[in-house]
Amino acid sequence: MIKKTYFQLIFFSFFFIKEAFAAESGGMPQLNPEFWISQIFWLVLTFGIMYLVLSKLILPKISNNLETRKSQILENIEAAEKQREDSDAKLKEYDEIISKSKLEANSIFNQAREKAIKDIGAKREVLDKQIDNEIAEAEKEIEALRKNAPDKINKIAIETSSELLQKLIGAEVNNSSISAIVDDLSKRNGDKYYGN
Amino acid sequence: MAANPMSQFDVYRIGPEIKVGAFDISFTNASLFMILSTVSILFIFNLGSKKSSILPNKIQLLAELSYTFVSKMISDTAGSKAKPYFAFIFSLFMFVLFCNMFGMIPYTFTVTSHIIVTFVLAAFIFIGVTVIGFIKHGFGYLKLFVPSGVPAVLLPLIVVIEIISYLSRPISLSVRLFANMMAGHTMMKVFGGFVISLGIIGGWLPLSFSVALTGLEILVAFLQAYVFAILTCIYLNDALNLHH
Repeated sequence: MIKKTYFQLIFFSFFFIKEAFAAESGGMPQLNPEFWISQIFWLVLTFGIMYLVLSKLILPKISNNLETRKSQILENIEAAEKQREDSDAKLKEYDEIISKSKLEANSIFNQAREKAIKDIGAKREVLDKQIDNEIAEAEKEIEALRKNAPDKINKIAIETSSELLQKLIGAEVNNSSISAIVDDLSKRNGDKYYGN
Repeated sequence: MAANPMSQFDVYRIGPEIKVGAFDISFTNASLFMILSTVSILFIFNLGSKKSSILPNKIQLLAELSYTFVSKMISDTAGSKAKPYFAFIFSLFMFVLFCNMFGMIPYTFTVTSHIIVTFVLAAFIFIGVTVIGFIKHGFGYLKLFVPSGVPAVLLPLIVVIEIISYLSRPISLSVRLFANMMAGHTMMKVFGGFVISLGIIGGWLPLSFSVALTGLEILVAFLQAYVFAILTCIYLNDALNLHH
């Protein structure tokens, strides 16, 4: 449609131009054979030279460039792939080393802890024994002291009471009678003083 | 002279008249623009092929893109057998493209707007393709005119039509390019003339048309070069692969 109007317009323009420039209308210069031979000659010459230069010199270079680029890119991609694999392997190695050392550290820590716990246990046992011994000894001493205490008190009571009686009444009182009374009293009140 | 839209197609002598025997091979404006086109092609592609860097610069990219464009066009239409003809089709495409594009510069001459130029190119292609066809297939190339699967009754008619269509190839190929170029440039000239004749008041409409036409003509310049090259590929495909 566009093309049709296009050509119609050209046609009308010819008409218009013919009217306006009737004096110099000469038809289409393309159909004037005056320079046909010249055009053919120069076309063959220029196109031939261009074809020769392009096909022999320039196009092989361009195709060569394209080829080298392609191969180089492929090579680079291969190298990159290889390096990636290498780095992956190294990363794996690194991970292994890290996990191994983690395990090692854990075991070392555990051993140390166990050892420390054992040491502490042993020391505590020794200390416990010592403490038990000391407590037992102390208890024994206390027991002995406690056993001796009433006798001593009785003795003191007898002596004091005999001296008291002597001073108060000036009479010599038989120690044995006093001791009988003290014994009787202490037996009666023993529970009050030493009540356990 | 300037107002005549056809005067832009005038061929005139530059310098002295050169005669070889009876033939006039004087240097003309047509010759000048052929030389300009080829020199610019060679210049650009020489620059584009000089260095081989992994990251191409602009001119190298241009050269390589053109190379791959034409190479893909050929392999798509004519297959891998057409590889030896790559340089020719590349030169043809570039020559037509540059001649068309040079014609888009104001005050220049469009080489491809002359029937004789396009006809010589088309005739060369036609003869070359026919010769290649006969070399590749011998007389079997004539099977091109006998399509398979056609009823015997219709065969004489079909063969005649096929032969006519084959013989009209150089004419259609050359006239297509020439007519497109001539029509476009004439149109632009006519609208340019309207701008002048309608003056400052009425000239804006044809001026805007002129601007739009310039864009269209640049498209046509590329498209016709592409069509010319791709039809050559198709003809070459017929000669190389004989599909019928």
